Amino acid sequence: MTELTALTLAEARDGLSKKEFTSVELTSAYLKAIEHADELNAYVAVTAEKALSMAATSDGRYSDGTARDLEGIPLGIKDLYCTKDVRSQASSNILKGFKPGYESTVTQNLWDDGAVMLGKLNMDEFAMGSSNETSFDGPVINPWRAQGSNVNLVPGGSSGGSATAVSARLCVAATASDTGGSIRQPAAFTGTVGIKPTYGRCSRWGMIAFASSLDQAGPITRTVRDSAIMLKSMASVDGKDTTSVDLPVPDYEAAITGDVRGMRIGIPKEYRVDNMPDEIEALWQQGIAWLKDAGAEIVEISLPMTKYALPAYYIIAPAEASSNLARYDGVKYGLRVDGNDITDMYEKSRSAGFGDEVKRRILIGTYVLSAGYYDAYYKRAQKVRTLIKQDFEKAFENVDTILTPATPTAAFAVNRQNVDPIEMFLNDIFTVTVNMAGLPGIALAVGKSSDGLPLGLQLIGKAFDESTLYRAAGVLEDAAGIMEAPTNWWNAG
Amino acid sequence: MSVDTQTVKRVARLARIAVSDEEAQHLSGELNTILNWVEQLNEVDVENVEPMTSVVEQTMKKRQDSVTDGGYADRIVQNAPVSEDRFFAVPKVIE
Repeated sequence: MTELTALTLAEARDGLSKKEFTSVELTSAYLKAIEHADELNAYVAVTAEKALSMAATSDGRYSDGTARDLEGIPLGIKDLYCTKDVRSQASSNILKGFKPGYESTVTQNLWDDGAVMLGKLNMDEFAMGSSNETSFDGPVINPWRAQGSNVNLVPGGSSGGSATAVSARLCVAATASDTGGSIRQPAAFTGTVGIKPTYGRCSRWGMIAFASSLDQAGPITRTVRDSAIMLKSMASVDGKDTTSVDLPVPDYEAAITGDVRGMRIGIPKEYRVDNMPDEIEALWQQGIAWLKDAGAEIVEISLPMTKYALPAYYIIAPAEASSNLARYDGVKYGLRVDGNDITDMYEKSRSAGFGDEVKRRILIGTYVLSAGYYDAYYKRAQKVRTLIKQDFEKAFENVDTILTPATPTAAFAVNRQNVDPIEMFLNDIFTVTVNMAGLPGIALAVGKSSDGLPLGLQLIGKAFDESTLYRAAGVLEDAAGIMEAPTNWWNAG
Repeated sequence: MSVDTQTVKRVARLARIAVSDEEAQHLSGELNTILNWVEQLNEVDVENVEPMTSVVEQTMKKRQDSVTDGGYADRIVQNAPVSEDRFFAVPKVIE
């Protein structure tokens, strides 16, 4: 029998329904793999006992013929999701010891479909970062290494733990979240598939907030089909989130038909950025050729506001974060550092609880919202955001989906010194526009760099048209082949 | 616009984050780098453009104004660093 952790979600689901193995066996195989992967630092909490008990329940359901869509499938959950009685800290010290008394809507949907929780996954603190190095739980290591090198690489961020866990076969699939590229960039860096659905598709209730107008839940998986299966379960209409949209959730798996004949694919010229490595350009051209060969029509388009998306994002996201993170005050939960009076207690708790990147963003956000600066920064950025959305609306009059690179580079080394903040921000140059416009975007690794690291492309869709993304992504995956597992160098035992 | 260490201190106070003089020095450099970089937004003509208020067009959902949840103060304070008798406890604020 194939090693159980080698199975995709679709394969594991089939094997479980045919009773070729049990969920307890599958779950135990993953728990064992996790035990041997400390070096990757993907998990911040392993809920082994809970996992085995959920798996046993699932096996019972298979026996009595009441199995649900994700019955017995072991998943990893990003630490940003509130999970009842299990640590939920967004990898921040300020939420030290926080165990919510409630469950997020997205994770509840997964458990209601029979999924099994393996544990919580590492991330950039409060999802602020593109390398998973801002985590209070320490950096996550990418299971991929350049050929002939033993240098540790970052998995991307902020969903670095999710991406590493899926890529290294430490869970079947994982939940993640995306505010500016936090699902898609790590998916591209780790040879996995990540989708950020349309804003409003998944409920944000019970997700620890970063920037509320940009945050959206989504899965990281090994294949396009697995992504479709996960998203169908995660998405729902939720009365507890007023921005959750009243639209039925389609069967995304059924959208993967392998047929893109007549589909119009937009290629935005503004995504050809300065100093982009030749191999990224070559990958993009390869993607274009694959879709063309499959019968799609390629259309040159223009998104003139592209270059302003990142600076506008770095006003809007910190502004919203400064407001959202005001709730961490040493009173209601998490870390408290005593002071001379209440203000001193607030200031000391927040100073000790937040890491450098989070502090920097809170201060930027506070500054741009402060008296006298609001119009010059925040209001102007929101106007630019309107223009970015209009760019896409105009483009989508002519095309069904847009193809771009996912990231400007392959994964880079951990602990690079003297990286200025803006250099790190540029990781999200191709992904952030999508959040600004609230659109769905899927990233998948379809090639490799000259030194053997995964490289990804991104498809951007019309609002609530994830189905078209899955159809086109399925064709790209068929042409490129499903990315193989990275060589296991971390399991010495 | 340039952010000096005084401004960093003032903003940090507004944000309720204690910042040492040394940190303020460092942060002023970083904040200026970021603020100078976002200055490029001034190139964009935003005349007659409405600022975005909602990224997905939809009417705000409304619900009945009725109590649907609650009655478990002990669970609300269960994560509090300090609580007394189902209340959050803070340092004395009135003499």
